[in-house]
Amino acid sequence: MTKEMLTIRVNGETRTVAVEPHHTLLEVLREELGLTGTKHGCELGECGACTVLVDGVPVLSCLTLPAQLGQAEVTTVEGLATGTELHPLQTAFAEEGAAQCGYCTPGMLLSAKALLDETLVPTHDEMAQAISGNLCRCTGYTAIYEAIGRAAARMRKTSEERRTR
Amino acid sequence: MSEYSIVGRRLPKVNAWAHLTGAARYADDIDLPRMLHGRLLRSTRPHARIERLDVTRALAHPGVVAIVTGADMPEKMGIMPSTQDETALAVGKVRYVGEPVAAVAALDEDAAYEALALIDVEYEDLEPIFTIEAALEREDVKIHDEARRANVFKEVHLSFGDLDAGFAAADHVRDEWFFFEGTTHAPIESHAAVASYGADGKLTLWSSTQVPHYLHRELEKVLGLPRSRIRVIATPNGGAFGGKSDPFGHEFSAALLSMRTRRPVKITLDREEVFYAHRGRHPVKMRVKTGVKRDGEITAVELNSYLDGGAYASYGIATTYYTGALLTVTYRIPAYKFDGVRVYTNKPPCGPKRGHGTTQPRYAFECQLDKIAADLGLDPIAYRQRILQPPNSRTVNDLRITTMGLGECLGAVRTATGWDRKRGELPRGKGIGVAGSAYISGAGLPIYWNDMPHSGAEIRIDRGGGVTVMCGTSEIGQGSDNVLAAIAAETLGVYPEDVHVVSGDTSLAPVDLGSYSSRVTMMAGNATKSAATALREKLFAVASEKLGVPAERLAAAYRRIYDLGAPERYVGFVEAANLAEARYGTLVGAGSYKPPAGIGGSYKGAGVGPTPAYSYQAAVAEVSVDLETGQLTVERITTAHDCGRALNPVNVEGQVEGSAYMGYGEAVLEEQVFRGGLHKKPSLLDYKLPTSLDTPALQAVLVETVDSEGPYGAKEAGEGPLNPVIPAIANAVYDAIGVRFDETPITAEKILDALGKRDNRAAPKDRIGPDGLGDGRRDPGRALRRLGASTEARERKRAGTT
Repeated sequence: MTKEMLTIRVNGETRTVAVEPHHTLLEVLREELGLTGTKHGCELGECGACTVLVDGVPVLSCLTLPAQLGQAEVTTVEGLATGTELHPLQTAFAEEGAAQCGYCTPGMLLSAKALLDETLVPTHDEMAQAISGNLCRCTGYTAIYEAIGRAAARMRKTSEERRTR
Repeated sequence: MSEYSIVGRRLPKVNAWAHLTGAARYADDIDLPRMLHGRLLRSTRPHARIERLDVTRALAHPGVVAIVTGADMPEKMGIMPSTQDETALAVGKVRYVGEPVAAVAALDEDAAYEALALIDVEYEDLEPIFTIEAALEREDVKIHDEARRANVFKEVHLSFGDLDAGFAAADHVRDEWFFFEGTTHAPIESHAAVASYGADGKLTLWSSTQVPHYLHRELEKVLGLPRSRIRVIATPNGGAFGGKSDPFGHEFSAALLSMRTRRPVKITLDREEVFYAHRGRHPVKMRVKTGVKRDGEITAVELNSYLDGGAYASYGIATTYYTGALLTVTYRIPAYKFDGVRVYTNKPPCGPKRGHGTTQPRYAFECQLDKIAADLGLDPIAYRQRILQPPNSRTVNDLRITTMGLGECLGAVRTATGWDRKRGELPRGKGIGVAGSAYISGAGLPIYWNDMPHSGAEIRIDRGGGVTVMCGTSEIGQGSDNVLAAIAAETLGVYPEDVHVVSGDTSLAPVDLGSYSSRVTMMAGNATKSAATALREKLFAVASEKLGVPAERLAAAYRRIYDLGAPERYVGFVEAANLAEARYGTLVGAGSYKPPAGIGGSYKGAGVGPTPAYSYQAAVAEVSVDLETGQLTVERITTAHDCGRALNPVNVEGQVEGSAYMGYGEAVLEEQVFRGGLHKKPSLLDYKLPTSLDTPALQAVLVETVDSEGPYGAKEAGEGPLNPVIPAIANAVYDAIGVRFDETPITAEKILDALGKRDNRAAPKDRIGPDGLGDGRRDPGRALRRLGASTEARERKRAGTT
């Protein structure tokens, strides 16, 4: 195979790397860009562990070819925090014990972020729908719902404070 | 206010932050300079002789650097020293589809993958054995030549108390067969290993393993490299559940390929390979016979279990014993007989999955107790509470019981679910069911019988007050690193964030036997507590002098060592550590733990079952059944768990909820099944892991009995809570539609069959389950009689000689 140059926007940075054209976004993130926070559980689009956001929408990076992306912005778990400040979902997941082995967690966090970007008052059903493509083998999902709910509450408070200021 | 500063508090896990930022480094995340990528060639035949294995064409493929085969590692290996029947790569014969045959290392994964197709293998097919019955019957087909009778791997025969008198005294006897289908762990992280052998003659292996110590031993044996030159590092496991507790072919292959090439080699299994690596829940056929008095008091229990072991031993000896050992620790059983048989079949080896060997008989027994309660007109919860095995007692098979919270657990689920309002009051199609269970807090005996500790810990305090805990435990997501940090922090009086945990590294940490049998909190926890206590004595000695207060009046918390009589008088932790280092030299404490003597019997087979303390749990399931489609919906599972003490309630609840989820999957959705040796559903689409939309509402209730054996009173939490969930669901289905499900999983198809709606001619059934051994085509009775006769002859012989 011959590698081709690829320019890709990841976590607010523009990166240019040489990649095998048939390699997936998952492989490029993990193997060419060193972003191993994105996990793989099947590489067949079944488990959701490799979920990343493309322009804010959850996609399975194992089924995505980087050439499809164009100028789209990719967000991985490494890009979830703002500078040194963790995303409220990360803090809430720690507090609620929503990450046990942590392997589904990066994908789960990004699916949850996409939900909270849509609404800060998610219902239980909306949460269940949002993470229904992310298999977790440890938690039974209960702590994950609690964490998403806790993060949403905290984000509501923050946005309220911003408004009243 | 709690007497503890850390224990019992809902704190984030110390290792949570790495998981939540993508910084945690799992085995497949490791990338080393010059690293090669490996792939395994796997058998396409369930049972065959390898006539020819030629790697010439594959070696010539561009990018391929080295290939190893079974001939390079012929040494037998396996987790249990007495039944090592496996090789790293197949030698001479393959015994299941998916068995590793050869391993390729190449410059990249694509080249390694392509090379697999260029390895020339010729097989001579042998007749495969796929069922328990065929394995028992077919003397003429031997999966392992060493098996003495047909394909029997292990037979166990144990009897306690006067069984005949027990059944004679019974007013009511239930005698029936059950079947528990095999299931697999399906951790989201597939197995991965990276080996690096250097010019110094030393090998480092990073692996997603639950048992770095046993892997260390087996690497020495198979590679012929002294253990002193091998370092095993268990990386954080992305889930394990028992599925990463055997030594695996890919681990040895990565190691040998690295030795041959002097380059790091990584092998990561793909999802399909994980299904074939398996070592999961044994399919078990069971006959359970229970005699009771009119009031339900048990007079005798007899259990026969037939385990479908797959092609190799794995933990099979222990699994066979475990199907019998723990049935006695929940309810009073004055007479008990257990006969267990594990057979070889040409399928991926079965091994330990969460609840190891106890899950299947617990399902059968709790379903049977539910029937007995119905027969006698008793409330299933009140009935169970009346026949409880008492605390601080010994069972009929000589197991020592300390704290016993099953009664409280049953009470807790009764209250939490509104049982009394619902039981018997729900409309047809809706049901509620209960079950109880128990589990060990670590196996009482080690896998290699020796007098050394089961767990060791070393703790170092640095001059800035940092505390480093070193222990050989493997962090598999159960939270073991946090347990060690919390216990060290509590004992020394610092915060968990002051503690650095070095786990799973055979060079940096003392041996802990591994993350299996729910042993870590009990054993590594006690070792850590003892190491921390040794250090605390030194800190207290210098603080006592500084404060002019006797050491007995001191306590440690919040980075202070203070006077219990006047807490405002204290020495800071850093100052105390510096004073202590000045006086005693480098501050290192060591501790170890071995279960106490006398916790089990002395008969042959008494090694499986004893534990320092049993955990107890009860679950209530609430279900609804669609009477037209047969669709079973489990709406809610409430589990109460006697964990001794919750060192961190968030994490204990997480284990209880996760267990309920996994039990739900086994009861309703999951089955590891084969057709002609081929897995029928080796993908996460077809093998149904419960998604967020399937999973019932889960509620965990913690019951604390504070056990004197456990660190700060703690017992296990990781496995036991799975066990009651499956029979609770089956019992709830009975409550909903009046049909007994004496086999798992409880699918819509089976429910429709029972309702007589699968095809319109069939009559409704009141029970789905097996009626005996055999599929109707052969006569397993003959094989069993022969087996029984030879067993009796052997027993007579043993009785005569001893």
